[in-house]
Amino acid sequence: MAPEELIETIRERFGDAVLGSHTAHGDATVVVTPEELRNVCQFARDEPQLRFELLLDVTAVDLSKLPEWETRFELVVHLRSIENVAILRIKVPVGEEDPRVPSVTKIYPAANWFEREVYDMFGIEFDGHPDLRRILLYDEFEGHPLRKDYPFDRQHPLVPLREAWTPGIAWKLEERWGQYARDRGEPPA
Amino acid sequence: MLEIVENRQPDVHQTPAGDEIPVDMMTIQMGPSHPAMHGVVRIDLKLDGETVVDSDVHIGYMHRGFEKMSELSTYNQVLPYTDRLNYVSPLINNVGYVLAVEKLLDLEVPRRCQYLRVIVSEISRISDHLTCLAAMAMELGAFTVFLWFIKAREYLWDLIEEVTGARLTTSYTRIGGVAHDLPKGFAGQLSKALKDTADCIDEVDGLLSKNRIFYDRTRNVGVVSRDRALSHGWTGPCLRAAGEAYDVRKAVPYSAYDELDFEIPTCKEGDAYARYAVRMEEMRQSIRILKQAMAGLPEGEVRVGDHRVTLPEKEQVYHSIEGLMNHFKLIIEGVRVPPGEAYHAVEGANGELGFYIVADGTGKPYRCHARSPGLALAQGLSPTINGSMLADIIPVFGSLNYIAGEVER
Amino acid sequence: MFDGGFLTTQLDKVIGWSRKYSLFQYPFVTACCGMEFMSTACSHYDISRFGAEIPRFSPRQADVLFVVGTISHKLSPVLKRVYDQMCNPKWVVAFGACASTGGFYDNYATVMGIDRILPVDIYIAGCPPRPEAVLDGLLQLQAKVEGRTTGESGLVQTSG
Repeated sequence: MAPEELIETIRERFGDAVLGSHTAHGDATVVVTPEELRNVCQFARDEPQLRFELLLDVTAVDLSKLPEWETRFELVVHLRSIENVAILRIKVPVGEEDPRVPSVTKIYPAANWFEREVYDMFGIEFDGHPDLRRILLYDEFEGHPLRKDYPFDRQHPLVPLREAWTPGIAWKLEERWGQYARDRGEPPA
Repeated sequence: MLEIVENRQPDVHQTPAGDEIPVDMMTIQMGPSHPAMHGVVRIDLKLDGETVVDSDVHIGYMHRGFEKMSELSTYNQVLPYTDRLNYVSPLINNVGYVLAVEKLLDLEVPRRCQYLRVIVSEISRISDHLTCLAAMAMELGAFTVFLWFIKAREYLWDLIEEVTGARLTTSYTRIGGVAHDLPKGFAGQLSKALKDTADCIDEVDGLLSKNRIFYDRTRNVGVVSRDRALSHGWTGPCLRAAGEAYDVRKAVPYSAYDELDFEIPTCKEGDAYARYAVRMEEMRQSIRILKQAMAGLPEGEVRVGDHRVTLPEKEQVYHSIEGLMNHFKLIIEGVRVPPGEAYHAVEGANGELGFYIVADGTGKPYRCHARSPGLALAQGLSPTINGSMLADIIPVFGSLNYIAGEVER
Repeated sequence: MFDGGFLTTQLDKVIGWSRKYSLFQYPFVTACCGMEFMSTACSHYDISRFGAEIPRFSPRQADVLFVVGTISHKLSPVLKRVYDQMCNPKWVVAFGACASTGGFYDNYATVMGIDRILPVDIYIAGCPPRPEAVLDGLLQLQAKVEGRTTGESGLVQTSG
């Protein structure tokens, strides 16, 4: 099934809930409202001519460093139809305040760990997820590292760190930690 | 490290004679520092005797921020990070990543380059399956298989070293091509290495496939039906072992796979033995692909001539100002990829390995996400081992081929 | 003859010499370097030529801790605990760039070198190190076990 047809089928069924679509680089992409996400997934899985049986991936993008953006995050779901050899990308805008989307684990159980990863990395919460907790990082970790405002090397050690062997490295680390304190507006230690 | 935790309520166990005896559930932590858990997975097990009642798989001990690091690197600088995703078959990751970027650039690479990518991918796939089966067999006590398969893997790694200059972390591909052409005399080396490897696979086949101990420990262990495998998001050999002939190389052919003749081995049983059998057969198919690809290797360039993407020759860099500036701009700013998003999948050794890249028009990826097949496999582990025996965890876990770099990125 | 500690120094030499050829290793394998560790242990490179072929997966039985691969902050308590459980005398080898310095994973998740957690005896460079480099590191460690080292740098005395 051609990507254009695919989008047309979904537009016909969901009308205004489809906020946008494109077929750039051959991947059919639809942007839908959070309320309709589950219905779109259900439709894509069960409709005889679509049969998107395999959920490939759930991830998110923090849009806040792009030149133009409306909502802070965007949830991205990739579906694969084995019968029709097609890919469908469903995108959902997620706001900055209280980021929250419905979970699709009831329709695709495979979404379980992928949604946990998105929660871990972006702090987006999934309503109706059976077991929403951090997966790759640990409970003591503060913040969500794939957000664009998270500094790439802010660490949360679990054991007390020793003095580094190389004095140069120690100096570099001290300087960096001081820089974080200044970034956060804290007085220097 | 075993840790026995205070128990909750005693459950009741019924003996064959019909007597009821109260049984305390035992909670045991398996891993992360456990020889069969690859050093990086912890399973919290709730045991009734030796039967697993409940399990909770903890991953993330090897999360090292691939996606964050790739946002800080130019497009070509991401390549070394992709090596270390699935570090048993780094070349497939290299190929998958550059194909995703080339999809964003709408770039068609020369035929010879496409064939080279197929050749290195298939060598990698064999080495990945060899390592997976070697580790699985060793964990079940067949240490000889481990030694033999690692020996075969050395033949292939010698080839990879000839081509890329490194044994393991290759970074061979570039956006718009590959780093360099094959060395002289490669065809002869390849056919010799393939013959040695095929001999080794046959030897192990004779040693292991009908081995009573190995068969009993893997047959009907960790059975996953086709529908359940799909509902876990499984792809690759584990899905094919459950009877679904889905292979990205056939479904959505990339590079030169549409011109090569090979079969997709499948099994119906969906147990650990089927996953072993599928991997064994896939190695033979990969050898078949390699022979065809080497025979049909076209002549020509290995990179596109577009200097917005590929580096100029060293001659030009040192002898002309245009070449020097071109080199400088490409290295410092990176390849400028037009804004957009693309997902491209390749058939990794464990299943569909996809890269989802969002570009914002600069020389660095705005977001680079790897769809790892291993994460889906790992989330199917807990439902698969629940209800089985404690000792069955080892073959099930081994047959899933947990590669921490890929799962946790 | 026996007053100047001759016997004890000679005994130390004998013990050091015998220790160095029977190192039981605890492979704390996490990442890519583990592949090269497997290569080194197997028949092509054959680490057993140097008496270090037996991996012990119990820290109580191991002499040398091979930290092979990246150590993330999540894993660091485990590593610390394994090290603490090992009996003296014990040695630590940082295998590869990530274990030595954190490598190019200079980010929120990774410990920038295991020497931030434990004392390290030998650093093996490479990402991952070639098996030859691993064997060289092992020989350096053996020299250290035998006591043929000088100063804090831990470099091997070439003469004598």
